Amino acid sequence: MPPKKPTRRAGKALKSSKTSKSKTSKSKTSKSTTSRRSRPASAARVASPAASSAGVRVASAPTEVLAAGTKAPAFALRSAPDKTVSLSELAGHPVILAFYPADWSPTCGDQLALYNEVLPEFQKFNAALIGISVDGVWCHAAYAKARNFHFPLLADFEPKGEVAKAYGAYAQSAGMSGRALFVLDAKGIIRWSYLSPMGVNPGADGILSALEALSGAAPDSRPAADPAGAGVTRSVASGGRGAERSAQ
Amino acid sequence: MSGLTPPVSARDHAQGPATAPVTLVEYGDYQCPSCGAAHPMVKAVQRHFGQRLRFVFRNFPLTQVHQYAEHAAEAAEATDATGKFWEMHDMLFEHQTALTDHDLARYAKQVGVVPDVIAAALAAGTYQSRVREDFLSGVRSGVNGTPTFFINGKTHRGGYDERDLTAAISDQLSAIS
Repeated sequence: MPPKKPTRRAGKALKSSKTSKSKTSKSKTSKSTTSRRSRPASAARVASPAASSAGVRVASAPTEVLAAGTKAPAFALRSAPDKTVSLSELAGHPVILAFYPADWSPTCGDQLALYNEVLPEFQKFNAALIGISVDGVWCHAAYAKARNFHFPLLADFEPKGEVAKAYGAYAQSAGMSGRALFVLDAKGIIRWSYLSPMGVNPGADGILSALEALSGAAPDSRPAADPAGAGVTRSVASGGRGAERSAQ
Repeated sequence: MSGLTPPVSARDHAQGPATAPVTLVEYGDYQCPSCGAAHPMVKAVQRHFGQRLRFVFRNFPLTQVHQYAEHAAEAAEATDATGKFWEMHDMLFEHQTALTDHDLARYAKQVGVVPDVIAAALAAGTYQSRVREDFLSGVRSGVNGTPTFFINGKTHRGGYDERDLTAAISDQLSAIS
């Protein structure tokens, strides 16, 4: 299932300049979201010049996802036929949202398989990992079982792609979500976002750097998350997945 | 992103001189078919460049999809104490479809390592942390699947067939000289 060839990781940084200055500018974060060629301070929105010059071809693909500093749009989606996961119940600790195009497609498989392996590292930051695609719950269930995933896959199924659209991650022409990553802090504010080209597995290093920047320290030594939301919700992600995490 | 972290050091398994102008690092999984396909390519590239190339292998097992990959990696690590790492490494890639613990013990014996040593190391998880260290260094280095190669610390973007690897290494050699 790994790719026949190592995939290219030349992603675009999609953090707006507006955000860079308004946010408590994490140097690590901005470094990891900025492509090697772009200039950190003046890096304008990727969408404007690129989209207009490339015209129609680009217009239907997501070119700009919600930037750091934005309040993450609320959602409640099914993770199983009889279970719904809402963003609000995940508040109180960091959340990683991984939008991806489709279950079963090879690159997605690699990306999610990688995150599945890295999960213990995410958990050191007390972060919950959530996969989201437009596939339905039964498809997700079969996929998660086949791949031994230990994190929930949410069905952005009806209305189709609604949540992906809210995050600026929907590829209208393809009818799927783009490959977009968001790291949210304990208060549900997006602290890092990244849009990878559709066929490119973005890896996990950007997420880890963002989590590190968020915690302001190495894992396990970070200050306690927002006390307001911490109590009730923590059990949802860690407890729920912990029970499933038997293999490792 | 896309840089090898940490750089190659004495902790790594390396073939070829430390003074070689080019170091090729592979992150691989013994059960991964693509890594199996890359194995003879790497061998060919090593023959081609001789002493000008150092080759390093780091573990990147996707344990949740490849059920034998973790033990295979640990078994290879376990043979290092007796200086048989590379023999075992080759053996594993050449026998990718049979990697049960029993098979691993058999291969160990064939390369001249007491099978019980391997079995004990696997049972005790002696090399788990070492394998995980490799894996996490890969994650930090931007590895997103296997095999992923680095040439003098930079991610190799091309394919892993002999021609692509040779071209990339030649480019690096000419950039240096």
